[in-house]
Amino acid sequence: MSWRPDTYTGWGRALSATGEIARPERLSALEALEAAPACGRRRSYGDACLNGEGRMVDMSRLDRVLSFEDGVLHAEAGLRLGEIMRLFAPRGWMPTVVPGTGYATVGGAIAMDVHGKNHTEGTFGCHVEEITLTQNGKRMVTTPGSDLFGATVGGLGQTGIITSAKIRMTSLEGRSMYVHERRMENWDEFIAELASSEAPYVVGWIDATARGSALGRGVLEEARPVDKNPPPVKGTKSVPVDAPGFALSKPVVRVFNAAYFRRVPSIGRKVTRSFGDFFFPLDRVQDWNKLYGKKGFHQFQCVVPDNNTPALRDMLELIAGSGLASPLAVLKRLSDRSAGMMSFPMEGLTLAVDFPASKAAEALIARLEDMTLDAGGRIYLAKDALSAAATIDAMYPNRAAWTAEAAKADPDGALETDLTRRLELRRT
Amino acid sequence: MSETWLILGATSSMARAFIRSVAERGDAVILAGRDMVDMAASATDAKLRGASDAFAMRFDARDPETFGPLIEAMEGREGMLSAAVFVGSMPAQSAIDADPSLIDGTIIDSFTGPARLLQMLAPLMEARGGGTVVGVGSVAGDRGRVGNYVYGAAKAGFHTYLSGLRNRLTRAGGHVVTVKPGFVDTAMTWNVEGMFLVAQPEKVATDILRAVDKKKNVIYTPGFWWAIMTVIRLVPEPIFKKLSI
Repeated sequence: MSWRPDTYTGWGRALSATGEIARPERLSALEALEAAPACGRRRSYGDACLNGEGRMVDMSRLDRVLSFEDGVLHAEAGLRLGEIMRLFAPRGWMPTVVPGTGYATVGGAIAMDVHGKNHTEGTFGCHVEEITLTQNGKRMVTTPGSDLFGATVGGLGQTGIITSAKIRMTSLEGRSMYVHERRMENWDEFIAELASSEAPYVVGWIDATARGSALGRGVLEEARPVDKNPPPVKGTKSVPVDAPGFALSKPVVRVFNAAYFRRVPSIGRKVTRSFGDFFFPLDRVQDWNKLYGKKGFHQFQCVVPDNNTPALRDMLELIAGSGLASPLAVLKRLSDRSAGMMSFPMEGLTLAVDFPASKAAEALIARLEDMTLDAGGRIYLAKDALSAAATIDAMYPNRAAWTAEAAKADPDGALETDLTRRLELRRT
Repeated sequence: MSETWLILGATSSMARAFIRSVAERGDAVILAGRDMVDMAASATDAKLRGASDAFAMRFDARDPETFGPLIEAMEGREGMLSAAVFVGSMPAQSAIDADPSLIDGTIIDSFTGPARLLQMLAPLMEARGGGTVVGVGSVAGDRGRVGNYVYGAAKAGFHTYLSGLRNRLTRAGGHVVTVKPGFVDTAMTWNVEGMFLVAQPEKVATDILRAVDKKKNVIYTPGFWWAIMTVIRLVPEPIFKKLSI
């Protein structure tokens, strides 16, 4: 009774797969399974967590804390990063790097080598000290410095099922986050402030519908931990059903964004937020992906090197002109500190924008990808659902070396996913 | 005062969720089951979530030799003693039809094994004048159905046993909660067809702990199963015997 047929999607819900899924609850059950790719809580947007031509192992029930010594946490791959925060923040520890959702699992964070709001610390993988893989039912341990480790971090699960990992945590000087929010009136101001900010955690919300002189306006959040009690936690809300198409139509989004921008007074404001609210703001609305309706959505996320930021402005201009963007748009700094051959970050700026799925959005994203490539940047595979093999090959210079490592670990291609097939990542 | 929970069938996902809930309260947990490797991981997990103590011990419902050491371990604990029973086995009815001897094991796993252990534990609980027994039964025990009446019969027996034990322990300040879960999203139901209104183990654990705190006697979890089972119990036998639900 290990395998159950199902139809499932990634977070974007635009792509789906039909195939059998197993969800082992014990290590012995995992090791008894035939080789198949694994997924966590399916927080990657496109098809990285789909396998329409085979099976998928759901790791969400292997989620135990195995040890915590001298700031190093050993956890099973299915443990959610939000749960690590909930358990360890009160004791003064958190993972050094966390992505924008606490539903991401340890395994997923490694396989995507996720980044956070503290670009100077590099990626999640930079703080991983050991990974235990299950390769065809056999255990294999890998540590930083080895080729297998470099191919596993950011390696899309192609070197074996990430089963558990040791993560170096960071000690937390405080009980909540002190956040300074400031309006950024336009692109130039935004870029300059992002570049000069010295706060440990920095993230920008950008109004992807503003045009003309307001192009690139948004809100810059600079934050640091503070030893103050957080405000009382508000309950989570959930989106019970698919929203109708007009929910994120052009006029609605424009009005929402203008209001969201003005929510912050023109002189800025300083607020205290709980760790959860600061690091995982969207987790307060469960299943928010249903706001995009049945057709789902795409997220375009690229990084462009510092010397080519004008290209990013051109992209934003194109996005604003299209009127296709949703309110979810983020601008952040990244550094070149990452731990995997296929890691996304490089020194530069990253822009992420959500679009309700449509033909027009697909065409726009294709143009944005071309512009990213021309600017010497790359797009993030955790978000991608639409790109093509040639584009990704040109963006990821270590792809061939990574493919060779993946082939050693998984010679039969048993761990291929819809994403690796679509982008021909395992092609030698 | 700290409380020690003996968890029978600690590898099930429902038990795991319950262990985490009591661990976060600072109680101690003895994890009892067969997969020592798995339980060792769950024990560490419980400790790191706040359990004052947590360790694994072998328990096999079909091997009474494993019962004595568990009772001894409980006797050695200070404070209140409590137990939660999550064991049970549910072979497909077709498998039982092919091999009726499977009935014996089903009854031992789901009823007589844990009942025998609870019977050994009861005097210790009485001596300390308190503690709680959580017995996880099943909605399947409320009425025999063509699909799984052997499992249902075992759980019905267990329900009746728990009712009697409640009658007994109440006199000594203890309490017994009978839990009747509906369909829960576990490894046991992962690929069973016809599941509906499936609850997450965390929801069941929360319901159980609330019932323990409020000294409820019998609960359905999720709560709406009370309504479903009330209707099912009320169907007259001449009609019920022709239904296949």
